[in-house]
Amino acid sequence: MKFWKFPKKKYQQKELSVLTILFAAAFLALIVYLVVFLAFESESFINNPYNKRIDALSEKTIRGSIYANDGTVLAYSTNDEVTNEEHRIYPYANLYAHVVGFPVNGKMGVESVTNFELLHSHSNVGERLKHAFTGEKNIGDGIVTTLDPTVQDAAYQALGNYRGAIVVLEVSTGRILGMVSKPDFDPNYISETFSILAEDNESATLLNRATQGRYAPGSTFKLLTTLEYIHENPKDYEDYRYTCTGKFRSDGKEIHCFHNKAHGDEDLVDSFTNSCNTSFASLGLTLDTKELTQICNKALFNQKVPFDLPTEKSYFTLASDASDAEIMETVIGQGKTLATPLQMTLITAAVDRSGKAPRPYVIDRVVNDEGRFVKSLATEGTISVMSAEDASLLKAYMRDVVTDGTGRALNTDAYTAYGKTGTAEYNAAGDSHAWFIGFANQPGKEDIAIAVIMEGAGSGSSFAAPAAKTVFDSYYLK
Amino acid sequence: MTGVFIQTAKYLMIALIITYTVQSFLVFFRHHAENVKRILFKEQMVLIYLFLSLGFLSMTAYTDDRQILVLFGFTLGVITLIQLVYRLIYVHGSVLLCNHMCILFGTGMLVLTRLDQAQAARQLVIGAVSIGITAFFPYLMFKKQDTFRKWKLVYLIVSAGLLLLVLLAGKTSYGAKISVSIGGISIQPVELVKLLYIFFLAAVYYEKQTLRIAIFAGGCTVAFLLILAAARDLGAALIFFVIYVGMTYAVYRKWVLLPAAAGIVVVAMIGAGKLIGHVSNRIIAWKNPLSAIDDQGYQISQSLFGIGTGSWMGSGLFMGRPKSIPVVSKDFIFSAISEELGAIVAICVILISLSTLLLFFRMAKSMQDPFYRWVSLGMGICYGFQVFLTIGGCIKLIPSTGVTFPLVSYGGSSLLVTFTMFALLESFYITTKKKDSR
Repeated sequence: MKFWKFPKKKYQQKELSVLTILFAAAFLALIVYLVVFLAFESESFINNPYNKRIDALSEKTIRGSIYANDGTVLAYSTNDEVTNEEHRIYPYANLYAHVVGFPVNGKMGVESVTNFELLHSHSNVGERLKHAFTGEKNIGDGIVTTLDPTVQDAAYQALGNYRGAIVVLEVSTGRILGMVSKPDFDPNYISETFSILAEDNESATLLNRATQGRYAPGSTFKLLTTLEYIHENPKDYEDYRYTCTGKFRSDGKEIHCFHNKAHGDEDLVDSFTNSCNTSFASLGLTLDTKELTQICNKALFNQKVPFDLPTEKSYFTLASDASDAEIMETVIGQGKTLATPLQMTLITAAVDRSGKAPRPYVIDRVVNDEGRFVKSLATEGTISVMSAEDASLLKAYMRDVVTDGTGRALNTDAYTAYGKTGTAEYNAAGDSHAWFIGFANQPGKEDIAIAVIMEGAGSGSSFAAPAAKTVFDSYYLK
Repeated sequence: MTGVFIQTAKYLMIALIITYTVQSFLVFFRHHAENVKRILFKEQMVLIYLFLSLGFLSMTAYTDDRQILVLFGFTLGVITLIQLVYRLIYVHGSVLLCNHMCILFGTGMLVLTRLDQAQAARQLVIGAVSIGITAFFPYLMFKKQDTFRKWKLVYLIVSAGLLLLVLLAGKTSYGAKISVSIGGISIQPVELVKLLYIFFLAAVYYEKQTLRIAIFAGGCTVAFLLILAAARDLGAALIFFVIYVGMTYAVYRKWVLLPAAAGIVVVAMIGAGKLIGHVSNRIIAWKNPLSAIDDQGYQISQSLFGIGTGSWMGSGLFMGRPKSIPVVSKDFIFSAISEELGAIVAICVILISLSTLLLFFRMAKSMQDPFYRWVSLGMGICYGFQVFLTIGGCIKLIPSTGVTFPLVSYGGSSLLVTFTMFALLESFYITTKKKDSR
């Protein structure tokens, strides 16, 4: 029992020192953790709708303004000197409704995401110190968005009275230049109208269709079907031939071309530019569904699209034992597939950018009340959607759509446009949503990519393509 | 004008407590002459009075509530009483420890007054009574010092009895049985048992230090832990376990006990997380509070919202929302301090607690009598670990254990026992000094 004998030394200095060090380390860990939390994590943590304290900040701060990329004021607050009541004013009313959003009733859009920044002030330190003593309110920081007023206005006009959405994005950076969703609302009166709007599920006015609306992609999906066909037939896809009679039948399912038009003899490029449903249904039956699913997953289906506003996941599924009928529907963008306009914009941007889509963002930076830079909220980086070879192939096909196919509405000398139309049937009566996805370039200007969806308008080539042209014109011809 | 005062007061308070904190560490790092130290301690006293006065006066200015002035007066009274008792009766004790008691108790009173005036008033009464009782300790210690080390069975039987009483007759709150109601007053016997248990261990180890004794003490500890686990009071169980490990390590000098204990804690936490509902709730809340914000994560989310929104400088007293944190005046008082007085003040409070803990260990070291030394060490471990658990729970470093902040949180039993521990430490310290000088 010698091992356990109590040591004869009078003091146990060493053990006490060890315990002291252990406890001191634990206490320092508390301090370090608290400092790290406050310095790096607390801002995003506390910006939560459950944190009623943020709203209390508005007692000390006049909510900051929201700007377009050229400094145009999209939202600002006034403070009534007498009643000390604040009013939020949106000078462009409905124009930026969904993307800018509102700070009340559960909050939405940029107003919601940057709530904390808008209620925090980096104004002149002396001024703030003075206000601390006088009790006057500080002016909160402003948010500069990437939105371009010319593009936004053009997109808004182009959508007309149709329900739907338009997303316009700068290809090299991922900046959102325009984002429109209809039906819309006037955020100046949101407090009064919110309860009615929130209950109206039929028109879903409060839904930002650009990021959260999910639609059958229709023929715009043929980009991915084409890719898969080329992957499976790398040597002889150019030898593909098909004779279109306007109809194709298999497994008891009949696929029609738009208006039952017979396109006659076609190769793969013709099928793509004519958006020939029967040709694609026929070649679709030869495809490996597993491989196609992989292509789709890479193209941001079934994944969260990174963005600063809330997004919905796009949806794609095709089991390996799927029936012919289901395959035929799926490869032409009908069936169960659902895509958001934002995601389709990113696929298009990837085609223009050697397969890498930019990470999209709409909130660029925080500035103080005098416009001085406070911090950047821009996100950088790219998302790999397809290979560079795939992208350059599709680019050529999408150019043909504009020069010789369903996108001729965009054929102009002013800039070079690329695109793909889509006509997505959504009911048995054959009513359809009009789609257009594409991009354009002009030397000396940035490339921009677009997705247009017009609910129930009809064909993509007659409605969505002209709408895209209006937006491209506004950007390249101004 | 009120606004100017409140804002000036807020920044002044931060400056005052920083000065106080720096001073309380200077004493450790440099070997000052006695007269320099004496001046330092006097300055600290002035800082405490100023700090509390600014806090209470700005609350009065903000609310126009005269009651606050009454509580202010009595708080200063109790603090003066602490100073008098420790200066006059505990002659040659540690003045720094006495100052720390004053600032921690005072800050607690400040925040309690802000949160709940009725609780603040009760806290004052118990504080005054506790100090009154502890005034007799040096006398008792000196007369009866040989008796205390012989009562090991008394400590054991009383402790076990009290724990069983809680288990059988306790009221459940937040999933744990911790309090017993006697004549309308709710008391928490576990607080007292902590102290008795430290005395028990020290008395047992004082007699002899064989393997058998270590196992006997370990067996008793396991029995205690099982009773506490049955009452679902896992925070207390953890404290008892750490006291046992720390004291046994110091007595037997076997470093292997420390990693072994750490392993047992981790395994027990995982096991308890699987088996006991309210533990797994707390672990969920700890891992990702926002994912369960409506439910298990509500408390910790509100705590972090408060700390984060108050940020470094704090919102100012009455300008935050600490009351949105459930049981803020007990388990989450640290969050209230951080939210309204600011994280800088909160960090100073952590450092002052650390300084207090260092004093416990330092004074324990200086005691030649192993019984005194081990009791002091056990009390130090108990104090330090409780502070770590409560603050760690508030800032989400560790899952919340429902432990209160000694001297700061609201709670009569805890306050009485903590004051007793501080008084015992001081009495042991001066008794040792007296022996040495003879």
